[in-house]
Amino acid sequence: MTDKAEINAESAGSPRLGEEMNATELDLWFVREVLPLEATLLQYLHHHWRDQSEVADLCQDVYVRVYERAREELPDPVRPFVFAVARNLLIDRLRHEQVIPIEAVSDVDALGVAMDEPGPDRTVAARDALRRVMDALERLPPRSRDVVVARQLDGLSRRQIAERMGISEETVKWHLATGMNALADLFYGGSGEPRRRK
Amino acid sequence: MTPEEQALIDIAGAVRAKAAEWLARRESEEWDDATKANFDAWLAQSFAHRVAFLRVENAWAQTHRLSVLRKPFAPATPPAKRPWRGPARIAAVVAIAVGLGAVAMLYPIKSQDQVFRTPLGGRETITLNDGSTIELNTDTVLRARITSDSRQLWLDKGEAFFKVQHDARHPFEVMAGDHRITDIGTQFTVRRDGERLKVSLLEGSVRFDAPAQSGTKPVYLKRGDELVASAEKISVRTLSAVQTSRELGWRRGMLFFDNTPLADAAAEFKRYNAKKIVVADASAGRRIIGANFATNNIELFARMARAVLGLHVQEGADAIVISTTARHAKDQGR
Repeated sequence: MTDKAEINAESAGSPRLGEEMNATELDLWFVREVLPLEATLLQYLHHHWRDQSEVADLCQDVYVRVYERAREELPDPVRPFVFAVARNLLIDRLRHEQVIPIEAVSDVDALGVAMDEPGPDRTVAARDALRRVMDALERLPPRSRDVVVARQLDGLSRRQIAERMGISEETVKWHLATGMNALADLFYGGSGEPRRRK
Repeated sequence: MTPEEQALIDIAGAVRAKAAEWLARRESEEWDDATKANFDAWLAQSFAHRVAFLRVENAWAQTHRLSVLRKPFAPATPPAKRPWRGPARIAAVVAIAVGLGAVAMLYPIKSQDQVFRTPLGGRETITLNDGSTIELNTDTVLRARITSDSRQLWLDKGEAFFKVQHDARHPFEVMAGDHRITDIGTQFTVRRDGERLKVSLLEGSVRFDAPAQSGTKPVYLKRGDELVASAEKISVRTLSAVQTSRELGWRRGMLFFDNTPLADAAAEFKRYNAKKIVVADASAGRRIIGANFATNNIELFARMARAVLGLHVQEGADAIVISTTARHAKDQGR
């Protein structure tokens, strides 16, 4: 009752996922089951990896491994599977680095704890999607936010946005891409600044 | 390029940036067959690409949730037929038969006013014996006097939607202050804000009489007309079906704003909520919004102001202060 507008938004905000890429069952599964775990996954990686600048890479690598393995059979339950993949990835990386820092090893041994917690991710993701989108939008760089709002909410074309903001169409596209990228980090990564590579 | 080389390039930041760039091109209407083919090739190159694109595209799709808030309202099926959500109360039935012909006359006829009230944020539907329905909006007082000869109602304050079973022999009249609205087979809304009176026609027509001493002739309103009467003047304009439906959004517990100044929207919320939205400076008040909200969802409204308009929002216990900058909020005081 309180959130009627939100409920409408929930039901009507149908993602046009895969419009251009023939999304498969696997793709939809990935979006539905794996992406919502990102905030927790990042916490986990931050906690267990020394070089924080590599966390976004690790996260992406976890996704690729999960996606690859899920081609054979969709894992169920998903959460322990994803964190097991993350754990193995960290171990592989440590081996690869050859010099194994002692504290890193002990950390890896302790990883089990985080894996088994029943996370609130899914329900939170479904219920608060609109709020999280707003949060993400609020934290975008101002120019990117303006472009995103003009495109997505006002439905303006790239040319119209360029005219309105007095910038070139190429710049509009750049702001749009930057905004989209940051939105993904903010939306899936949860609280905290968008992570940037050094 | 070997897979190993590809893997070296596939550092997350670069791949994700590239995925966002493809998406931005698609959203920039820069999407011909050649581009599409390049995109497909890129997508097929590695799972890293596919995964990164899925991620950014889905996050982007989530922002559609916001666009829904601003989607123009399409008038649906006649709203009166919609089952009410929540505690739908079909309230008191006004006694005395009208339209039942001679039989009705057998009843003892006693003129008696009935009073209907709704609290702040409330809403109620009244069904009369003749099948007419009246929907009361927030903070409204309506008195009804139904006799064998006439159906008279007084809107003492607030807003009501009337769906009248027309009966020429038993005119249906709504008094609002010194003004009188007489039904000629219709659905209409009457809203009072102090001295200001607004009459909107959804169907049929009504006759509007200003007080006799004003010397104004009766005004006949037809479908889509909206009459606004203030102490000084009376004006009529014609609304589109969509605009009319928007104005009636409250019947479903919704407020629809389209090209509405923030200050006006805040004033609308005030009608439904004890918690106030204060627009601290004129510049913020002039910002235009287009969105729809549940009448009681001021929290979402405040978030929109912050997220979409980039305004400063300060939430207190009994008020939400919206301003251009934090400094304006301070100046405003509270």
